[in-house]
Amino acid sequence: MNNIVFLIMRRMRLPLLTLVTVYAITVLGMTLIPGRDADGNLWHMDIFHAFYFVSFMSTTIGFGEIPYAFSDAQRLWVTFSIYVTVIAWLYAIGTIISLLQDKTFQRAVAERLFARKVRQMREPFYLVCGYGETGQTLVRAFTERGQHVVVLDRDEERIAMIQLQDLRDYVPALAADARHPLHLQEAGLPHPACAGVVAVTDDNLTNLKIAITSKLLHPDIKVICRADSRDVEDNMASFGTDEIVDPFETFARHLVLALQMPCLYLLQRWLGGERGAALEEPVYPPAEGRWLVCGYGRFGKAMVARLAREGIDITVVEARPDITGEPPPGYVLGRGTEARTLREAGIDEAVGLIAGTDDDANNLSIVMTARELRPDLFVILRQNHSENRDLVQAVNADMVMQPSAIIAERIRVLLATPMLSRFFSLAVHRENDWACELIARLIALLGDQVPLVRELQINVTHANALLRHLQRGEVVRLGEVLRDPWQRERKLCCLVLMVERRGEHILVPGDDFRVAAGDRLLVVGQESAFTRLAWNLGHDAALDYVLTGRPAPQGWLWRRLTRGAR
Amino acid sequence: MNPEKVIFGFFIVLSLTLNFGFVLGEIDDPAHHHVYELFAVVVVNLIATILKFGDRSQMGAVLLATSLVAIMQLFAAVLVWVMAVHVNGVGLTETVTASIVSLSAGAMLANVVSVILLIIETVMLRR
Repeated sequence: MNNIVFLIMRRMRLPLLTLVTVYAITVLGMTLIPGRDADGNLWHMDIFHAFYFVSFMSTTIGFGEIPYAFSDAQRLWVTFSIYVTVIAWLYAIGTIISLLQDKTFQRAVAERLFARKVRQMREPFYLVCGYGETGQTLVRAFTERGQHVVVLDRDEERIAMIQLQDLRDYVPALAADARHPLHLQEAGLPHPACAGVVAVTDDNLTNLKIAITSKLLHPDIKVICRADSRDVEDNMASFGTDEIVDPFETFARHLVLALQMPCLYLLQRWLGGERGAALEEPVYPPAEGRWLVCGYGRFGKAMVARLAREGIDITVVEARPDITGEPPPGYVLGRGTEARTLREAGIDEAVGLIAGTDDDANNLSIVMTARELRPDLFVILRQNHSENRDLVQAVNADMVMQPSAIIAERIRVLLATPMLSRFFSLAVHRENDWACELIARLIALLGDQVPLVRELQINVTHANALLRHLQRGEVVRLGEVLRDPWQRERKLCCLVLMVERRGEHILVPGDDFRVAAGDRLLVVGQESAFTRLAWNLGHDAALDYVLTGRPAPQGWLWRRLTRGAR
Repeated sequence: MNPEKVIFGFFIVLSLTLNFGFVLGEIDDPAHHHVYELFAVVVVNLIATILKFGDRSQMGAVLLATSLVAIMQLFAAVLVWVMAVHVNGVGLTETVTASIVSLSAGAMLANVVSVILLIIETVMLRR
């Protein structure tokens, strides 16, 4: 506020001074120069009339000579006055207009509006720093779920894009450097409704700075950061950043999961996918045999480290080992885009290939060359930019690694359904067959679209009716509740993946599982199942019907009567 | 020497001296209070006020406030003058003159405060 007023006042000082001076001189001149009245007597204009005359003269010029026709001396002065006052006015108005067009001024106004919008937010919101590909995917997913978001990005063009993107919710956004604590504060970091900070700029150090600022200014807030170097990750973890997402490390983990437990990997793809998307086909990367890794950058290093730990043979192909660092022994010098290099690296005996350079054109070329040599090869493609989507689809790689999508998916799961991420970390310790069976059950229950995953807690807001039942000491089993409130013989199309009870986790509880107050359920299912489940949990009549088969009497009188009859 | 300070101090002191010159004399005698003097006081006060625009210091804010008070008082005096001489046609009677002069005397008090503040600021700077 103050900034803007001071800016205007400072800029307007000289134009206003000019106006006052010019007016004073012209008014004074008008009063001093003698004229003649209608009878030819000597006459002086008084100050009041002179001011009146100058005021309308300078702004309109369409005027008469009042109250008497002017003498030539007066006309000479008026001629001079017209030019001086008009110039003074043009100068003043021009200054105001140029001030309105001034970048500094506009930024000050935008910043002030933004800060006010954020201050007025009453519902929980997430602060997303960085509106690149990851940020955009995240913001879209959040707003689709009815979650409020505030966006900071250094690039004005990206911020301007928000208005064009047709998001479901209004998203306050500011083009400002998130490294400055002031901007983070304006974006609502200290706001009590701020639920979390997501730092997904493309610069490690910026993300680090955002994490530090957030943890210092609002310590109990959830902070999720993108990082792709070991150093920065350790640094972030040292001051308690809640989650650090490294796209390369995450994908490497995914690949290992796909190698060892393809069913669990598929489950992860299905449940973590974006709502409404088609379910993915299962992939079976070969676990036996040699893999070629083209590109030994951040991605290549993460892949090599993970695969080596699983005991898989690797040959690295790298054109500039002087920049990336020395790959493990036996590497081949070259880009991998030519058949000769790939042959040299032993593509004829290999089972899989990872095209992992930071250049999309090179990666596509590697995949196409490799496919020509060995059509049966399992190919993983790194896609750096989302605008190359069509090309990547056309080349039809077995797996695509797109950093921005991986980060967005991981953060979405962490913020929306943290229990799902917990579920997968526990499920890795199970057998692959267990996951395959789960997949089979899910296919039977759900259609061919990514299902809805939600967390439900047995509490007053979500399950009032069920809570009352439990408090009366009645035993309620999971299988009894997950039934259709219109027709209790039919089961609801949903599945409880996990129950969290006082820090303990029960994976995929059976139908005879006894529900207790305070349980947190991780449920996957179709949208219709969730609405019906909400009826069962929240309304006595529906719950009584699914539990006993007949609706309990609702009104006071009816309850009296039936009690008598029983 | 800061030329901005010179101009600033010049106009603040000038508005006080002109104001004083206008107020000086019998309070109800129109002959002692010339209209041109009032005109000059108003113009110089306006300039002094605008000069204080955009000063972010505490002293600047107080100076702006006193100047605004002076301007308000002077506008009231001018209004009385215009009403009496041009609108009502009463002319500069003793009552009218007295109220014009007392209003501008109030403006002078505000100008005195301005000058005192200016002196205080200068003294603090020296120390």
